[in-house]
Amino acid sequence: MRAVNLRRLKALCRKEAYQIVRDPSSILVAFVLPVVLLFVMGYAINLDSSHLPLGLLMEDHGPAAVQFEQALKASGSFTVETGVPREQLIQQMTRGNLRGVVVVRSDFGAALAEGHGGAAIQVLTDGSEPNTASFVGSYVETIWETWQQQRGQNQARMDTLPIDLRPRAWFNPSTLSRNFLVPGSIAVVMTVIGVLLTSLVVAREWERGTMEALLATPVTKAELLLSKVLPYYLLGILAMVLCLVVAVLIMQVPFRGSLGALFVLSSLFLGCALGMGLFLSTVMRNQFNAASAALVAGFLPAMMLSGFVFEITTMPLALRLLTRLIPARYFTSSLQTLFQVGTPVSFLAGNALGMLLLTTFWMGLTTLKTSRTLEAK
Amino acid sequence: MLYRLLRLIRKELQVVMGDKKTRLMLVMPVLLQTLIFPFAATLEVRNATLAVYNQDAGAASQELLQRLSRTPSFTRLLPVHSEAEVQAALDDQTALVLLRIPQHFSRNLAAGAPAPLQILMDGRRSNSAQIAMGYVSQVVQSFGAERGAHPTSRLVLRNVYNPNLDFKWHVLPSLVAIITTIGCLTVTALSVAREREEGTFDQLLVSPLTPAYIMVGKAVPGVLVALFQGGIIATVAVFGYGVPFSGSLPLLILGLVCYGLALAGVGLFISSISETQQQAFLGVFAFMVPATTLSGYISPIENMTVFFRILAYINPLTYCIRIVKGAFLKGFGFADAWTAIGPLLLISFCTLSIALYLFRRHIA
Repeated sequence: MRAVNLRRLKALCRKEAYQIVRDPSSILVAFVLPVVLLFVMGYAINLDSSHLPLGLLMEDHGPAAVQFEQALKASGSFTVETGVPREQLIQQMTRGNLRGVVVVRSDFGAALAEGHGGAAIQVLTDGSEPNTASFVGSYVETIWETWQQQRGQNQARMDTLPIDLRPRAWFNPSTLSRNFLVPGSIAVVMTVIGVLLTSLVVAREWERGTMEALLATPVTKAELLLSKVLPYYLLGILAMVLCLVVAVLIMQVPFRGSLGALFVLSSLFLGCALGMGLFLSTVMRNQFNAASAALVAGFLPAMMLSGFVFEITTMPLALRLLTRLIPARYFTSSLQTLFQVGTPVSFLAGNALGMLLLTTFWMGLTTLKTSRTLEAK
Repeated sequence: MLYRLLRLIRKELQVVMGDKKTRLMLVMPVLLQTLIFPFAATLEVRNATLAVYNQDAGAASQELLQRLSRTPSFTRLLPVHSEAEVQAALDDQTALVLLRIPQHFSRNLAAGAPAPLQILMDGRRSNSAQIAMGYVSQVVQSFGAERGAHPTSRLVLRNVYNPNLDFKWHVLPSLVAIITTIGCLTVTALSVAREREEGTFDQLLVSPLTPAYIMVGKAVPGVLVALFQGGIIATVAVFGYGVPFSGSLPLLILGLVCYGLALAGVGLFISSISETQQQAFLGVFAFMVPATTLSGYISPIENMTVFFRILAYINPLTYCIRIVKGAFLKGFGFADAWTAIGPLLLISFCTLSIALYLFRRHIA
């Protein structure tokens, strides 16, 4: 008997396709979920901080202090709250309503006039959110520097150094965080769709007892697996097209790479994601467990370990090695490159190879675990 | 009636705890995530590569480079020697940022003339690149400060609640809230759907229990799972990672119970509108992802557009993270916690009432 009989495969795919079309939830996963997720991640995750609530305690009302206050208010980085007593400001920060408190002490003007560098501006930040805290710190520092520089110029003195740092961001000149978060989000969304779609399909057959019926037919292992992969692959590619359209047309993220490369990379990625879902489904044989496992093994690593928000180089060595096993890592990096840089072939080829190996791994494992008997191995 | 309720709760707990794989699914992921995510979920930049295109031959640039190589953020300085190499280093992501020191940098600096430095960042990862640039800028600042700049005032920066801005102190308390969400929600949302699929729901309906009691019976295991999982992570956070716990324990427990109730409401709501376990699971997912992204865990709520900010303020996870963090880091008392527990109770009330309404209607 041949491993794959085209006619039987076609029949099985047709059955699977009917199941997809007639169950509204699959359609929901493939077409509604990606759009919703993309919007949420693209618009809600914004690392470009502005209008952070900041408390300002002015104990000195001299001209220098007022000038500093104006500089803080004019910067646009903060929404400044003034005229509130110290205890209340601290309490507001404890409750999470203020990100930081700036204190200009009553002796500020006098110490400034002395000019020994003793005039201190105190900045307290809410360290319970480290990233925001460091933004608050560095924003205030920048504002303070400019203010200091202007004072120096007014009094014809060199207050700051002549070294002048000129930053420029390649590929994303305005350093808009959305431009790199949206491609990353697509990778997360596609992981979810791929793994979720397939994690239930085999388990469902087992739970409903239809697997027994299938096993009683002449269907081979290869046919069974292919029939579970092909329809969902098609659905995944359609979802990918949808993501691309939403990202480029609605969210205005530039796409500079080639569509052909995108298609190849997406196909490889879907191979991994679908393979992983199928594997979990085959092993668990129970929809609840398979779906929870899919969430834990698919979604969370894609979110945390793919380099989508959190930088991989910062992680300890063991985790850096672990990220190599996560398909979303390769896909995130590929998408970020395709969207913002173009198609540097050698770089993308490395990612493609990683995903190819993972696809082989998961599909191979699933094939091993699929048996044509009723007993669980 | 109370006795019947206790029996029902016991039955529900047996369903959850009776199956070995399910038991495993409630504990293993929690442990794994507590082990991995605190190391991964950080927005700091360490071990990054800084490419350097040094066109200056003087001593000042050498000294600057030495200082840069001593920071933990850059473990590798990659020297490049031409424009083509500059391009390649950034294209292939070999370097996150590139520092170009122009000709005559040292000479200009010695003469007190403007000495510009150029920094090129990989905009694909603009957030990390900007953070890395911040590190470079700090080094350059202190380098310059020793060479004759004397500002008349100074800035004293202090990070309250987390002096060294340790990311683990932020991640672990947040994980207590986030991981708990998954467990509690799946247990409550899938329970009714499973009974319906297996046909045992009708048996439950013909028992003397009223819909409200059935609902309580389904909600309690969820709250217990939330407490149990939250407890595991909190314990690991304190004893394994050394995150300080400065608030009150009863407050943390109260917060988790309120949060569990709010989630049970959401879970039962999902349960009552879905026919199958698959649909229920999708419902859980459709709630989970927005709830996590809109909780202020990844990026601050103030940065979101108005629409999402409103969603963030009706998101129970936002308040739960606030309470857990408050209990851990900020030494929350009941007076402070009230601003978060109040909204949580309100949310629980709303979700549970909607769930009960749908539940009743479904049965009728």
